[in-house]
Amino acid sequence: MWDNIQILVAAPVFNVQLLLNGLLIGAVFGLAAYGLALVWGVTNVKNLAQGDFVMFGGYLGYELSKHGLHPIFALIPVAAVMYVFGWIVYKLVVSRVIQRELFTSLLATFGLAIVMQQSMNLLFGPEVRTVESGFKTRELFDGLVTVTDIRMISFVLCGLLALALVLFMKKSRMGQAIRATAQDARAARVMGVDTERVYAFTFSLNAAICGVAGVLISMIWVLQPFYGIAYSVRAFVIVTAAGLGNLPGVIVMALGLGAIEQYSGFVLGAQFQQATVVGLLLIALIWRRLLLQRHRQALQ
Amino acid sequence: MRPLFKRSAMALAVGMAITVGTLAGAPAYAKVDGDKIILGSAISLTGKYSQEGKNARDGYDLAVKMINDKGGVTVAGKVYKLEIAYYDDESTPARTAQLLERLINQDGIKYVLGPYSSGTTKAAAPVTEKYKIPMVEAEGASRSLFSQGYRYMFAALSTSEQYLASAIALAAEVAVKNGKKASDVKVAMAFENDPFSLDVRAGVLEEMKKFGMTAVIDDKLPRDLSDMTATMTKVKALKPDMLVVSGHTKGATTAGRQLNEMNIAVPLVAFTHCESADLVDKFKKGADGILCPTQWAETLSYKDPVFGSASDYNALFLKTYKDYDTVPYQAAQGSAAVLIWADAFKRAQGFDTEKLRDTLASTDLETFYGHIKFGPAGNNIAKPMVLRQIQAGKYNVVAPSKWASHKLDYPRMAGGGTMKQASK
Repeated sequence: MWDNIQILVAAPVFNVQLLLNGLLIGAVFGLAAYGLALVWGVTNVKNLAQGDFVMFGGYLGYELSKHGLHPIFALIPVAAVMYVFGWIVYKLVVSRVIQRELFTSLLATFGLAIVMQQSMNLLFGPEVRTVESGFKTRELFDGLVTVTDIRMISFVLCGLLALALVLFMKKSRMGQAIRATAQDARAARVMGVDTERVYAFTFSLNAAICGVAGVLISMIWVLQPFYGIAYSVRAFVIVTAAGLGNLPGVIVMALGLGAIEQYSGFVLGAQFQQATVVGLLLIALIWRRLLLQRHRQALQ
Repeated sequence: MRPLFKRSAMALAVGMAITVGTLAGAPAYAKVDGDKIILGSAISLTGKYSQEGKNARDGYDLAVKMINDKGGVTVAGKVYKLEIAYYDDESTPARTAQLLERLINQDGIKYVLGPYSSGTTKAAAPVTEKYKIPMVEAEGASRSLFSQGYRYMFAALSTSEQYLASAIALAAEVAVKNGKKASDVKVAMAFENDPFSLDVRAGVLEEMKKFGMTAVIDDKLPRDLSDMTATMTKVKALKPDMLVVSGHTKGATTAGRQLNEMNIAVPLVAFTHCESADLVDKFKKGADGILCPTQWAETLSYKDPVFGSASDYNALFLKTYKDYDTVPYQAAQGSAAVLIWADAFKRAQGFDTEKLRDTLASTDLETFYGHIKFGPAGNNIAKPMVLRQIQAGKYNVVAPSKWASHKLDYPRMAGGGTMKQASK
């Protein structure tokens, strides 16, 4: 561990490599986390199948790219298909548990995650899949630092998508309805907002966002039917730490998480890369609890 | 109460009738039936190992056919034909153990061929030990199979700790050839935290100790591995002479992709599972220069009187089974296991299982699959793992040099390919 830290001190240029890799992949985590926060905030359903939506989107992109479509262009059809898929899942499963207590909806989405994993295993097989974007690698600092174009492109796309979502939430009628429902569903209903439609739309939109994240992941990392859980955990860490309805917080936490993962992989070893994420979830929860306690004390 | 009793009594009677019927039908599979020697195997024909199980069975069947076509096995002056009784273990170890009980107890089988996979072989061995029935297995490579003191199990294949040991030996050879000391070689290791990969790691460490090499990186990869850039950054910083990775197909895929993406030049790179990860198809030129261990390759110069050379076996197999493009090594291993049994019957000149066990233990046999000689633990100590290097998209045998068909391309450059290819 100490020798690894020494490398970073002696050759600071490797910090740049770790930061770049971490921040660029963190943007993709941010997408999935934003989707989770959206559904959580509006419907109060904590979607445990979030990561499996990401994987499913990735597999759809993989299938399309097998038929000759460049994976970047697969983003749009995949988002559309995932939107429809999200709508079906909402009508079949989520709409039935949305009014129930927390535990029911957790169980339902947990079950959904298992069904999705097994279905993907049957449909696409258990082998690890990747999609080749065919883009180049750029070298910085005499080749000591490399960055792939696909990571840069996906970073920019994530940024654009986030911007579009913010504008949509602020300006469009549907966006306003979503925000109204998130603030107070009953009041929104009284004011004539069709909250059922808002719920269905939010859940479908989340599925589409996950689909985009999945296609990007398939070009940067790998796909496997049972890897969804890692993305679910990441999304939960980010949202828990940032808080609902806090988009800048989500962005900062997502990028930070990406970088922290890289550092823990470098310093502690690859075996701790994902363990760090779970550790962070614990810390985030404890921290939240302490904050809440302070809050209560302030109220008294 | 009465009707209930009546019903259960009837069920009992029916059950007994079935049991008696099965027992009466059992002699159909005796150990030796007329002029037939019947071997038994529980193999995976359905479930997650169905493809590999089929490969192994096709290997068993091809060897049986060839031995019978060439006149069978002569024991004490009488000519016998071989036959195999199969059951499908559905790729589950518990079922393998059940079916072996059945083969031995009900069907009277006295000579067993192994199942497919280390897990099912682990379940089979206690059963064959219990009944003192010899088993020749060809599809279970886990190191833990050979540390239990099993007396009746013999394995044709190299064990998992041998998988990358030959790569370390090769690195030592290359270092010496280039005027360096073998102990100067710096090795970067990344192994998954699972029984198979940790076996491979143990073998690598043992071999490294022999040469006095140092490990500059020793990362354990998580089960749901999808990123190795942090490990690769360390590789870039520490410039090792060799990188060894074992983490099933995900390890080979992730390491292969990110090594190239980050433009890292490591002179020697060795992965397990190159073939199943389909590296050549995925990364094209980016796969060039990677070393991959294999149990067997058709270009090896091994020979035997039944099949001829390794390439003869290859041609015969492809002619016999039209649904294959290449010969899977599981099939070659399976055929070798049957050859071992035939050899044991010939040398033992009898059917006593104790005598056959001792005869098997003293096997010293040249086959198309490689030399077979068992250590005290029942593992094959005579056959090395073969290293193939991906050269221009083809898998060519480069080590051990005695059996190599091609020269090692060295050193591997960033992004795939080697110095030699670049200068062409």
